[in-house]
Amino acid sequence: MLELRGVNAGYGRAQILRDLSLTVRRGEILCLLGRNGAGKTTTMQAIMGLLPLMSGSVHLDDQEVSALSSHEIPRAGIGYIPQGRRLFAGLTVAQNLEIGLRARNSGPEVLDDVLSLFPRLRERYRQRAQTLSGGEQQMLATARALCLQPKALLLDEPTEGLQPSMIEAIRQVIVKMRETGVAILLVEQRVDAVLSVADHVAFIENGRKGAVFPAAELQADHSIVERYVGV
Amino acid sequence: MELGPYILLASLEGSVTAAVLALTAVGLSLVFGVMRVVNIAHGEFFMLGAVIAWFVAHSLGGNAALGFAAALIIAPLLVGALAIGADMTILKRLKYDPERTIVATIGLLYIIQQVTLMTYGPEARPVEAPFNTRLAIPWFEWGDDGFSLYWPWGLSTTSYKLAVIGAAITVLMGVWVLMTRTRIGLVMRATQADRDMALAFGIPVERVYAMVFGLGAALAAFSAVLIVPIQQAHYLMGADPLLLSFIVVIIGGLGSLPGTVLAAVLIGLSDGIISVFFSPTLAKILATLLVGLVLVFRPHGLFGVRNG
Ligand SMILES: Nc1ncnc2c1ncn2[C@@H]1O[C@H](COP(=O)(O)OP(=O)(O)OP(=O)(O)O)[C@@H](O)[C@H]1O
Ligand SMILES: [Mg+2]
Repeated sequence: MLELRGVNAGYGRAQILRDLSLTVRRGEILCLLGRNGAGKTTTMQAIMGLLPLMSGSVHLDDQEVSALSSHEIPRAGIGYIPQGRRLFAGLTVAQNLEIGLRARNSGPEVLDDVLSLFPRLRERYRQRAQTLSGGEQQMLATARALCLQPKALLLDEPTEGLQPSMIEAIRQVIVKMRETGVAILLVEQRVDAVLSVADHVAFIENGRKGAVFPAAELQADHSIVERYVGV
Repeated sequence: MELGPYILLASLEGSVTAAVLALTAVGLSLVFGVMRVVNIAHGEFFMLGAVIAWFVAHSLGGNAALGFAAALIIAPLLVGALAIGADMTILKRLKYDPERTIVATIGLLYIIQQVTLMTYGPEARPVEAPFNTRLAIPWFEWGDDGFSLYWPWGLSTTSYKLAVIGAAITVLMGVWVLMTRTRIGLVMRATQADRDMALAFGIPVERVYAMVFGLGAALAAFSAVLIVPIQQAHYLMGADPLLLSFIVVIIGGLGSLPGTVLAAVLIGLSDGIISVFFSPTLAKILATLLVGLVLVFRPHGLFGVRNG
């Protein structure tokens, strides 16, 4: 279970997140919806310890991960798929995955599992990450995070700029991860794409958490989404 | 005597310069590439290497080869440790901010220089080379009876100078292997590519930075130990290597190791040749001009990549 308790955080003196509390249970997909600039990416960076918290805490199961230093947070079992992929440029597909494997000393069988989810990466194994196509890069960013065998997975707009078949592939992987009991925090702009996979949807506005709805409820009544996200 | 032997001699001298420069500049380039820190104190790490080499060789006395060998190990280790200390106490506290680290390393430069002046003094002191056999170099001519070799008067080098070139090449290949074939190199390159993502994948970035800063300084110290039997140790000797290293790193493309080595060879050789035939000052002027031209036509250097 991944839990944020009253998190306040920001960049320098500019506070972005205000008293943000979220709970993602194991085997659950919580989708974070909000306008551009609402603080979704900032939330993920705060969880990863890339931003110092002004107050509040982040917990993974029984561990207070916000008390750890940044590089120990992924080792506690949080996999991060950042917005814009942010692969290690200059490193090959294999080397990007190796960094992921080493974070939690995952064995070769983990690599095999991950590569069986993304067979395309096996074909491109020795290619440099920055020369992959956009879709392949997203696969690699996802695979890199799965190499940690995470207990919680953070996905920041994983389908940005992808064609429908690729979106479907990513979606299936997310669902598969849920089945294995991973707690999944998903940020996504495409509301329709989200509602079919998410269990719950939390709205975020100006760094504050709004209401949380079961995804089914939003699917039935679309006006709620429009009220919160507005188009 | 014809021109050929002179050019050969100048190239040999230039190769020694190039070898030492390449080592020093690779240290600077590593630090800039991985940490985005412009280390103005790099030349002082070089100078410290030479001064420590003198202390070591002097205190061991007796056998020149033994003293030199000890210096070759001890000086880079000590200077590397000092750099790691500076990283952990100063640069880390500044959060590796690009501008503030420039100011901090300028401060470090003066501290190291003044402490050296106060302890080691203003004298230039030599360290004896471990071996120094004069090697005559043959030249060829087409005489009446065809091709023949002869040994022009004055055309010679020393076994030590050749050893310097060999040692520099060996260490450079070692750095290359470290960066491309080892886990530690992989971690360093990942940190260079994206610091935050490195953290997000469990890489202890601060430890990597400390190590890189130490390694960069140790490379400068190592090359200073190599040059000190030819040049003598002096507390102001760090300025030239610093400037030349910057020129080399900029021409080579910031953070690119192959580019740095290529640029060092280019600058070192032309420096040697121009210094022999004209003057060392002209050599520096031309090198600076070259930087200007490279920056005009290839803003990212010969081997540079956009956004590093
Ligand atoms: N490095 C930064 N320094 C200062 N302010 C920042 C920084 N990054 C983001 N912000 C600000 O924080 C706020 C939240 O940004 P964030 O990236 O979390 O938005 P988001 O919800 O992910 O938006 P999007 O849907 O566009 O990705 C924005 O107002 C942004 O301007
Ligand atoms: Mg975002």
